[in-house]
Amino acid sequence: MQVSDVVKALNLKVFSGKSGLNREVDGGYVSDLLSDVMGHSDTGNLWVTLQNHKNVMAIASLKELAAIILVKGIEPEADTLEQSNQEQIPILGTDMETFEVVGKIYQLINS
Amino acid sequence: MQTYRADLHIHTVLSPCGDLEMSPRNIVEQAKARNIDIIAITDHNSTLHGPVIRKLAEPLGITVIFGAEVTTREEAHCLCLFDTEAQRQKFQDYINLNLPNIPNDPKNFGYQVVVDENDEILEEIEPLLINALKVGISDIEQTVHMLGGLFIPAHIDRPRFSIISQLGFVPPDLKFDALEIFWKTNPSDILSQHSYLKNPTLIKNSDAHFIEQVGEIFTSYQMAEPTFNELTKALKGEDGRRVVGF
Repeated sequence: MQVSDVVKALNLKVFSGKSGLNREVDGGYVSDLLSDVMGHSDTGNLWVTLQNHKNVMAIASLKELAAIILVKGIEPEADTLEQSNQEQIPILGTDMETFEVVGKIYQLINS
Repeated sequence: MQTYRADLHIHTVLSPCGDLEMSPRNIVEQAKARNIDIIAITDHNSTLHGPVIRKLAEPLGITVIFGAEVTTREEAHCLCLFDTEAQRQKFQDYINLNLPNIPNDPKNFGYQVVVDENDEILEEIEPLLINALKVGISDIEQTVHMLGGLFIPAHIDRPRFSIISQLGFVPPDLKFDALEIFWKTNPSDILSQHSYLKNPTLIKNSDAHFIEQVGEIFTSYQMAEPTFNELTKALKGEDGRRVVGF
């Protein structure tokens, strides 16, 4: 499954990093503590968070994550968005809360 | 030049987690007993107790710096320090504008009271002060510097509410004036774990919530006099002013 498949299925907004929409998705990770994500996420994960600081992109890049999903209508800060384009790791958005969007992603990936 | 002792992270009874003994008078007396020259009053998301403590401390020759320990949107605690009453009021306005209006529950979090120099309660603060502000760390840093203040991420190596726990590492473009490390931490450990930090100014403070902690941990600075301007120079290592150690 590619990031673009998740975007279509859940009607996610694509803020940035469009050239990375063909990245392969291999599971996901949910946390708002970046130190925790750095330690425990895996390559190819979708990362669901409410943090929009630029460090989010640095960690996504370091861990080679597939994409970031911002919940509750939160938008990336300007420099976060810029780095997403450079790194070609998409930042996606939804108005859903974490619980709801993660439930849907889990079903989608495991169906 | 002389060496001055400063404890730049002290809570008062206004912080919900601050002990009831943390009254302005008790804090000043404890700082005096410990021979501390400069104290900064840094309640969670509030600068309101600075003026009364400065008034009480002045006759004893203790310099009081205004400030707050703000919780950024990312939930990283940062010390924001100011010299003048005008700066303090402007920063308090900024906090008021950005603190969510969620009422404190004293049973769970503790009381949030403003008192006068005789420990008489003047006001109880309604919104919960330990909440995160609606603004992010970069916005807060820029606001502090625009007002002429000092911006110091607090206890950066703690596993909760620190810039490293919340953001993974210190953002390379963040313009901090110093980094506060936990009192037990060996600075060389921090510098080796975070080798991207290029010779940062590291300081230690008490983060006192209980009266016996005031001035227990401090940093010594070489300066001409115990003022905010001299402290600013010492943190930057300018004109022979410098951090001596902790």
